[in-house]
Amino acid sequence: MLAAIRPDSWNYALFVHVLGAMILVGALVTAGTAQVLSWRPGGDAGAYARLAFRTLLFVGVPAWFVMRIGAEWIYSKEKWADVPNEPDWLGVGYITADLGGILLLVSVVLAGFGARRLARADGGSSILARSAGVIALVVLALYLVALWAMTAKPG
Amino acid sequence: MSGHDWLLFLHVLSAFALVAALVLYTVLIAVVWNKDVPTDVARLFRISKIGDVLIAVGSIGVLVFGIWLAIEDDRYKVWDGWVIAALVLWLVMGALGSRTGKIYNAARDRARSLVREGNNSPNAELRALVQDRRGLWFHTSGVIVVLLLLIDMIFKPGA
Repeated sequence: MLAAIRPDSWNYALFVHVLGAMILVGALVTAGTAQVLSWRPGGDAGAYARLAFRTLLFVGVPAWFVMRIGAEWIYSKEKWADVPNEPDWLGVGYITADLGGILLLVSVVLAGFGARRLARADGGSSILARSAGVIALVVLALYLVALWAMTAKPG
Repeated sequence: MSGHDWLLFLHVLSAFALVAALVLYTVLIAVVWNKDVPTDVARLFRISKIGDVLIAVGSIGVLVFGIWLAIEDDRYKVWDGWVIAALVLWLVMGALGSRTGKIYNAARDRARSLVREGNNSPNAELRALVQDRRGLWFHTSGVIVVLLLLIDMIFKPGA
C-alpha cells in the first residue's frame, strides 16, 4: 500500500527508489547506533567507530546512489519536469536527499579519520568519530522528514 | 493531513523500521563472521538491541497499519489477492525471523557466558556458533521474503 495504483512501468523506478531509501536508513541506524555505543566509557570505541565507518561507506553511500537514481527515474517517468509548479513534497524530497547526501559524505570522511585516530590511540574517544555519529543521526532525521513528505505529500 | 495520510505514513515508517533492522542484522552477521574472541562477539552483539526494537515495532506496525489501510481505503479489500499474499509473506517472515533469532541469540549468550567465566581466548565453539550456516540461510531467506513483500506492496499484482 505504498502508494496508489500506478502504471507498471513506474513501479520499477519506485521500487529502486524505495529499496535504496530503506537500505540507506538501515545503514544510518546501524552506523548511528555503533557511534553512540562508542561514546560509552569503558567500551571499545575503536571497534564501534570502524563498524560505523564501514557501514556508511559500503552500505550507506551505495544505497544513497540507488535511492537518488530511482528518484530521478521516477521523476522522468511521471514527467514532473513538464509541470510548471512542482508540489512542495517534491521540493522537500530533493532538498533532503541532496543535503543528506553531502552530510553523508562528510560523515563518512569524519568516521574514517576518527576510526583511524582511535586505532592509533588504542582506546579513548575521538571528536571526529563523535561528530560523524552526530551527523549520521542528523541525516537519519532528515530522511524521516523526507519519508513523511513522500508519503503524506503535503501541498 | 488526512487520517489516510497518517495511516500511510505510519505503515511506510514501520516498513522502513523493519528493513533497517534487517540491514543492521546483516551488517552484524558480516562483522562477527570471523570473530572467535568472546569479548569481541559480545561487544558487537550490543548493537542488536536496537535491531530487536526495530524489528518488533516494524513488523507489528506494517501489519496493523496495513490492515487498517485496507479497511479504510475503498480501493482495496483485505481479501484482495495481493493483500492475502502480503499476509502470508508476513507470517513466513515471522517464522524465519524467529529461527534466525534463536541461532544468533545462542551465539551471543555463549559469548557472554564465556566473558563472565573469564575465558577470553579464541574459542572454536563460539566461532562455529557465529558461522552457523542455518542462521545465515534463515536470515537470507528472511531478507528475500521482505523483498517479495516490498515488490507485492509496490506492484500490487491483481489490483
